[in-house]
Amino acid sequence: MERNGSLLGSSFRFLTGTVLIVWLVLPLVPLAIWSFAKGWFYPSLLPKVWSLRAWEYTFSETSGVLDSLWLTIGISLAATALSVLVGVPAGRALGMYEFKGKSFVELLILAPMIVPGIAVVLGIHSIFISMGLTNTVQGVILVHLIPTIPYMVLVMAGIFANYDPAYELQARSLGASPLKTFWYVTLPAIMPGIIVGALFSFLVSWSQYILTLLIGGGRVVTLPLLLFNFATSGRNDITGAIGIIYILPGIVILLLTAKHLSGRSGAVGGFGQI
Amino acid sequence: MTHVSLQELTKVYPGSTEPSLDKLSLEIASGELTALLGPSGCGKTTTMKMIAGLLKPTDGDVVFDGRSILQEKPEDRGVVMVFQNYLLFPYMSVAANIGFGLKMRKVNKAEIDQRVNDMLDLVKLPDLGSRRPSELSGGQQQRVALARALIVQPKVLLLDEPLSNLDAHLRFEMRDLIRNLQQDMGITTIFVTHDQEEAVVLADKVALILDGRLKQYDVSSAFYSRPIDKATALFFGGQNFIAGEVSNGVFASSFGQFQLSEQTDNGAGTLTIRPENIRIDTAGGATNTISNKVVATIVEKIYMGTQTRLQCQVGDTVLQVIANPNDVLEHTVGNDISLILPAQALWVLRS
Repeated sequence: MERNGSLLGSSFRFLTGTVLIVWLVLPLVPLAIWSFAKGWFYPSLLPKVWSLRAWEYTFSETSGVLDSLWLTIGISLAATALSVLVGVPAGRALGMYEFKGKSFVELLILAPMIVPGIAVVLGIHSIFISMGLTNTVQGVILVHLIPTIPYMVLVMAGIFANYDPAYELQARSLGASPLKTFWYVTLPAIMPGIIVGALFSFLVSWSQYILTLLIGGGRVVTLPLLLFNFATSGRNDITGAIGIIYILPGIVILLLTAKHLSGRSGAVGGFGQI
Repeated sequence: MTHVSLQELTKVYPGSTEPSLDKLSLEIASGELTALLGPSGCGKTTTMKMIAGLLKPTDGDVVFDGRSILQEKPEDRGVVMVFQNYLLFPYMSVAANIGFGLKMRKVNKAEIDQRVNDMLDLVKLPDLGSRRPSELSGGQQQRVALARALIVQPKVLLLDEPLSNLDAHLRFEMRDLIRNLQQDMGITTIFVTHDQEEAVVLADKVALILDGRLKQYDVSSAFYSRPIDKATALFFGGQNFIAGEVSNGVFASSFGQFQLSEQTDNGAGTLTIRPENIRIDTAGGATNTISNKVVATIVEKIYMGTQTRLQCQVGDTVLQVIANPNDVLEHTVGNDISLILPAQALWVLRS
């Protein structure tokens, strides 16, 4: 009986795995094919003529793809770094301490995940205009913090909820200054959370479209904006090539964090464990 | 060698009106091993944290060798605290854990390695330096925690319930280890515990704290032979309390008179004797030439392996007696038994 049960269980797992992979990977196949195609029309199953033209164009000076790639990486890295700076102390406060209005602060931090970005950004747009932040890279970085900080704070709150501050007292008692205590004791303990939270933040910033479009005013052309331009102009081959570049970080990050996302890690507990 | 003086140390936690610790004054001599004993929540861990600088006292002072250390930061006090759950840093090797305090003091690496190895030998864990704390047993973890504290040669060592997490067979081993290291290095040591046996077994002197107040501060045997009041006697397992009155060295109770050995003032009081100090009069019989003899009826007999516990009724008092099992083989419930309350084992409590 038990053998049958586990056999059923493992074949079910196999089936789920296969469906998931097909679902996630299959839509990407045409993207890859398009990037090497020179015309690909119904009813042919594969393109008649293969070509590297799209890739040559993508990596050429004139296309601006590489400039856009570096810009996007820069914006996402900056947004991630700022999210870490805000998220670690905020997560500590929410995960470890009780204070007045804590549930309100929790709601405030979660709000950007609930409220549609477009609703928020219209209000922010007018504020940013008065501050001269529209059409600037700095403005785009700042507005990316709205969706990235909740992820960072949630992950860090989960980490700190399961963190024993007595380790810090122990370090102080052994002669460590507050700074050294943070460096040698706190930081290693919360590092898994910082890594997962930072990678999430990076991906969230990486995939922003509406916020970048409205605050950047079309002057700050990140990769998703560029991708959208080519997609709407009907250049499926170039869209395919940029699309491949665009999804690479996501895949790399998924592989890097798989270990931390196993469910046993405190990093994915979120507020559930507080 | 550091003399520690706690002067009217008081802690009132925010939002609380009752002090968790109320004017605790203690003088702890250099190199002495002192136990702060009390039930959980009596303020003993609070006291340790205030000595370590991890908590600010509401009032009072902590003085080392005549100098107040309240203004000093925890890392500058030369006080190391070993927590009950050891708190070994999980992502560091055993050696890195032990060397942590030296690294914070910027000792060079070669010397750290040398001293860590010496320390590992001292706590009898050679060759375990490269392990992770999670790979060690509880007893080994505690020895690592002790080594990590001792390596910085603290002025004052604080131990939180050092024996209570250990199995019975490890307790005496750890007791000897702590005792020997502490004596060799001459470190003034204070430990807290809720277990009177742990306090007695390990400490030179015991400070009993009940409800945030110091009850009695004395050598451990005094708590058994000369408890200061009924609460203290109860905490140390005292069970026999007989109301009566002292006059001219004789205690008169409702069921007999008892000769006292020590000079005791006249007046009302409560006579106490430890259950293990009551002797069975094996000669038995009706002749009553020995003083302090009582004939009682056995109402309960509990065999406990190495000892037998008897409850003996005399008048309206039930005396608790702990006897050697062989001495009471013949005695069964309902029988009369002749008990001797030796004069030197009697102690009168005043209310």
